[in-house]
Amino acid sequence: MEMIKTVDLHKSFGQLHVLKGVSETVSKGEVVSIIGPSGGGKSTFLRCLNLLERPEKGQIFFEGNEITDKKGNIDLHRQKMGMVFQHFNVFPHLTVAQNITLAPVLLKKKNQADADKMAKELLQRVGLLDKYDEMPATLSGGQKQRLAIVRALAMEPDVMLFDEPTSALDPEMVGEVLDVIKGLVRTGMTSVIVTHEMRFAREVSDRVLFMADGIIVEQGTPEQVFDHPRQPRLQDFLAKVL
Amino acid sequence: MDFQVIGANIAKIMSQYWRVFLLEGLSVTLELTFISVLLGVVLGTVVAMLKMSRFKLIRFLVSVYVEVIRGTPILLQLYIFVFALPGLVTFVKLNYFTWTAIALCINSSAYVSEVIRSGIQAVDRGQTEAARSLGLSSGQTMLRIVLPQAVKNILPALGNEFIMMLKETSLASTFFVGDLMTSYATVRGTTYLGFECLVIVGCIYLCITYPLSKLVGLMEKRMSGDTSYRKRNINRKRKLLNKM
Repeated sequence: MEMIKTVDLHKSFGQLHVLKGVSETVSKGEVVSIIGPSGGGKSTFLRCLNLLERPEKGQIFFEGNEITDKKGNIDLHRQKMGMVFQHFNVFPHLTVAQNITLAPVLLKKKNQADADKMAKELLQRVGLLDKYDEMPATLSGGQKQRLAIVRALAMEPDVMLFDEPTSALDPEMVGEVLDVIKGLVRTGMTSVIVTHEMRFAREVSDRVLFMADGIIVEQGTPEQVFDHPRQPRLQDFLAKVL
Repeated sequence: MDFQVIGANIAKIMSQYWRVFLLEGLSVTLELTFISVLLGVVLGTVVAMLKMSRFKLIRFLVSVYVEVIRGTPILLQLYIFVFALPGLVTFVKLNYFTWTAIALCINSSAYVSEVIRSGIQAVDRGQTEAARSLGLSSGQTMLRIVLPQAVKNILPALGNEFIMMLKETSLASTFFVGDLMTSYATVRGTTYLGFECLVIVGCIYLCITYPLSKLVGLMEKRMSGDTSYRKRNINRKRKLLNKM
């Protein structure tokens, strides 16, 4: 079943043409990683999926609804699309627990008591239960990112979008965040992951997309992409990063 | 200059005219300041919101408003509101004090709007993106995520605006509205002791502005080092709960 489908997405920032026609489909339960050089359009493509960036041209379908249709309510779709950012973006003025419960309570998905209970379970799952009442400023980068992940999960999304979730982390904290994502992926969560962690992409992905210069240059299973790259652009890229 | 004589004069003037300075002058100054900053904040918030509007024309008109007010002297604005405007809008009958207050409000609104706008825009864009990605509407995001974080940028600056305004109300004495500077002119007129009166009035201004600016400094410190302060607060609350 199709979860997300994009048709001929185009996006420019001023003179810079970042996406030059991206058509792609993500199925339910699928884990898709997007790799490629900086400035190739990976993050922009991901941010288009929940309309944090609005494409100038093209359509995006989410669970069969066209979300690029201006008449639709994008907030309702976003509730079902969790997103994790490179810079965590946890809410510094709220406690760890409030970070998690704010959206579900505000958007009437849960009452406060149920949300608190869920927050405890989620924090337990990522090993942060002892931080329940803390302010985020007391957390390390890895802990903040784990918090950001469960904050997104609290909305019980159908798909998770990861935008370079480990790029801003100190090296010793990358592992703990990747472990959480791996655990999540194993539960069957549909995920789209923009990443520079090649080993990780290979391990968790059903499919890997290689993006460069605003298009998907090559895609396939991890084995196809990493072991038998066909395009010179991809061979070049892999030679540099592996 | 004989300091003993000056000191004695000041004591004499204060014992005789303290009501003029404190009960009339200072209270009118504080009244003017409160009114103009309070309404300035209300109007300034509206102006700030309009300045972040989606519509180019609105943004343009608002920035003209802000630039004109910030780019002209406050005394000139007071002249316009007190002398020119009443002649133009003859159907509105207001006294000098009200016209002065209106002028100061409008002046304050321009400065406050910039304070609020920059306070809001200083909040990391990622905060808005994270909130929107959870499905919060733009209004909910502003109210629950952006504004609470912007307040710590805005409040100290508003405190400074209050101090500025307190001093600028002295310009309203041009129209004898009864503020602290007006009381200076009144007392000097009867005692012919100009210097002593100036010293008294200056001290009264300082007595208000100095503690205020200390308070603003404290506020800045607390709000920038928010975590330790909040944590302490939470721990205190927890201790209270445990006791109960």
